[in-house]
Amino acid sequence: MKDDLAKLVDWIDAGGLSRRGFLGRVSAFGLAAALGSAMLPGQARAEEPKKGGVLKIGLGGGESTDALDPGLADGPVAFNVNRQWGDTLVNVTPEKVLEFRLAESAEAGEGSTVWTFKIRKGVKFHDGSEMTVEDVVATFKRHSDENAKSGAFGIMQGISDIKADGENVVFTLSTGNADLPYLLADYHLIVQPKGGAENPNAGIGTGPYKVKTAEPGVRYVFEKNADDWDTSRGHYDSVEFLVINDATARTAALQSGQVHMVNRVDPKVAKLLSRAPGVKVRTASGPGHYVFIMHCDKPPFDNKDLRLALKYAINRQELVDKILDGYGSVGNDIPINKSYPLFDETLPQREFDLAKAAEHYKASGHDGSPIELIVADGAFPGAVDAAALFQATATQAGIPLVIKRVPDDGYWSDVWNVKPFCASYWGGRPVQDQMYSTAYLSTADWNDTKFKNKEFDDLILSARAETDETKRKEIYAKVARILWEEGGVICPMFNDFIDGVSETVAGWVDDPNLELMNGFASAKTWFA
Amino acid sequence: MAHPIVKLVAQRLALGLLLLLAASVLIFVGTQILPGDVAQAILGQSATPETLANLREELGLNEPVVSRYFGWLFGVLQGDLGTALSNGQPIGPALGGRLANTLFLAGAAAVIAVPLAVLLGLVSVRYRNRWPDKAISAVTLATISVPEFLLGYIVIYFLAVQWRLLPSLATVYDGMTLGERLYAIGLPVIVLVLAVLGHMMRMTRAAILNVMQSSYVETAELKGLRPFTIIARHAFPNAIAPIVNVVMINLAYLVVGVVVVEVVFVYPGMGQYLVDHVSKRDVPVVQACGLVFAGVYIGLNLIADIVSILANPRLRHPK
Repeated sequence: MKDDLAKLVDWIDAGGLSRRGFLGRVSAFGLAAALGSAMLPGQARAEEPKKGGVLKIGLGGGESTDALDPGLADGPVAFNVNRQWGDTLVNVTPEKVLEFRLAESAEAGEGSTVWTFKIRKGVKFHDGSEMTVEDVVATFKRHSDENAKSGAFGIMQGISDIKADGENVVFTLSTGNADLPYLLADYHLIVQPKGGAENPNAGIGTGPYKVKTAEPGVRYVFEKNADDWDTSRGHYDSVEFLVINDATARTAALQSGQVHMVNRVDPKVAKLLSRAPGVKVRTASGPGHYVFIMHCDKPPFDNKDLRLALKYAINRQELVDKILDGYGSVGNDIPINKSYPLFDETLPQREFDLAKAAEHYKASGHDGSPIELIVADGAFPGAVDAAALFQATATQAGIPLVIKRVPDDGYWSDVWNVKPFCASYWGGRPVQDQMYSTAYLSTADWNDTKFKNKEFDDLILSARAETDETKRKEIYAKVARILWEEGGVICPMFNDFIDGVSETVAGWVDDPNLELMNGFASAKTWFA
Repeated sequence: MAHPIVKLVAQRLALGLLLLLAASVLIFVGTQILPGDVAQAILGQSATPETLANLREELGLNEPVVSRYFGWLFGVLQGDLGTALSNGQPIGPALGGRLANTLFLAGAAAVIAVPLAVLLGLVSVRYRNRWPDKAISAVTLATISVPEFLLGYIVIYFLAVQWRLLPSLATVYDGMTLGERLYAIGLPVIVLVLAVLGHMMRMTRAAILNVMQSSYVETAELKGLRPFTIIARHAFPNAIAPIVNVVMINLAYLVVGVVVVEVVFVYPGMGQYLVDHVSKRDVPVVQACGLVFAGVYIGLNLIADIVSILANPRLRHPK
């Protein structure tokens, strides 16, 4: 028993177990009653956050061209910057539960086609003005405007009307969507004064830290928002972001103590870094995944047997071990994993099976001419190596796979969604509907596998309006099976978020939504 | 007496301006034939035909190339580099800040590297084919042969992570004192010095050794002068022309070619700024950077030409 407790304590120290998990396991041992809180080690003790200090975060994925306009945020740095100064109506917690922020509650009516969000009162913007319902309406209207080029435009397309109603904002949808609150947790949808219509780049919001200096691609400085409406967050006096795009430089900065946190630790060095003194590596398995995508409407990929042959010919576990160095999990040829609500656990895992691959290849009647897979280093980290591993196993099954390597430059405009077979990645979405609607509906702009299946489309649309969770789960199970069998996506792996954190930081909670505690690391942690 | 020199310098200057103009055409044409366009790059994955058309219209990408070139050229001549397409900010101030940073880093590296290279070259000649010469050559050739990013990682590993003498990040920003700035750029300066030292040192050594064969050096030896005095007073001034040329090439390299070092040390210089905007197809910024780089190259070569002329009496007094 004592050994078990010691093991748990070690596990917590190593970051493998949350406080809640610890207490859960302790009570499973029947220990809880006997356990005084004084016995709990470090993080497991309910710590009072300490105030003060300057938190420095080294971030990869920033450019000199980044703007403060939250709608234009398209990289890790811009995302994390948004999180400092802005708030959304709702958030999704690490447990995938809705958490109300600038909205206090949400109510659906008329088959989820009308959503009423009650807006929080007494919230002040950084410029001292009070947030009104009109500000919220203007924000969503701006993101619905095509000219604003917002990253959340796709989400807003399903909303036909936004209006203020007393202390509420009412969204009217063209078709019912039971997931709307999850969609509005999107990090682009930050409430700005007058919706940011006057100056979208002002960086004025309601977040825990105010923008003090913004040098895109170099450095950002934020200082504590003394009038923060949420007093339970924002423990640092100020937060500094240093844009460090080179992965080695980033880990060196963490090791030498120049920064307290870094994002995007290279999986190949993560194990080594975790052995370095004073530093911890934190991982969270999220919805992000790497894919090889075939266009289902172009030969030879318009043949289902050929698609299945390629799906059976990839050794997913080998890719997870070698490309992600174990920091990830195997994929199953659908873009959904257990990090999504309503995930169907009963879908069988597609195994690496050369015999079946050869069988399907033979059945496809392919003429044996080379099948070209286009990759670039930028498709996803390790894409070229992953393609080489894929080629090696496919060749064993007699499939003449050849790799064409192209430069990163122009990859997303000239290859992805254009060429019939290439490598790509998806960051994932908060709910299944959004992931499927973005990339697998017949009508989607980003339908990068050119997958067109009427039954599939109808099921997605019916699931959207279905309010009974059990029924929705059944529909999503059917959807997954269709894509698993028919689709043009080969999904070998889901990648973990890997962050590096100094031991001087306390209060860290792994969050599977996005890196650095879904961007809330600075708001929710403190110096021990 | 001064007349031929003034004429020579004026000729060189005029030639330099002509070259700069030719470079501006090349830069403009080069940026036009890049695959994809800025509208596509800005919208990225979210591009739809309608949004693309709107954005192209807004950015003036539908006008003919020639009229865009002259519009750009006249703007530049009036000191207006245009606005960045990607974030709508004027290019001038942003570029100016980055250029100042680049010149600061390059200047700091040059102040150490140039005298050191010349001195080491002189020492090599004095002890030629003996151990100091061999040691200097071996070390400088080794550091020039190692890729810069690797040199960067090596100095970061030892000086920043292990011994914590200097910071691994060289970020500089407004409000830092000169001392803080110099401390911040310590590591990149070390790497840059190591990267350019070898070339200049070898050239100094070769040029002086060449002069050492001359009869006047023999005379100086027979006069009984000390070896180092012969090298520094008699041989070196006659070897200046080739040395200056190599020094200038290396200075130009320090300004335009250090993007890898900037990335490794997170230094906000011109290189990273240019690369970010190339990947976003932000053509006006790329053109402005290209023009500045071309100007630096042409300007430094001009200086090298003029110094070689002044240092050589035969060129100074043409028959």
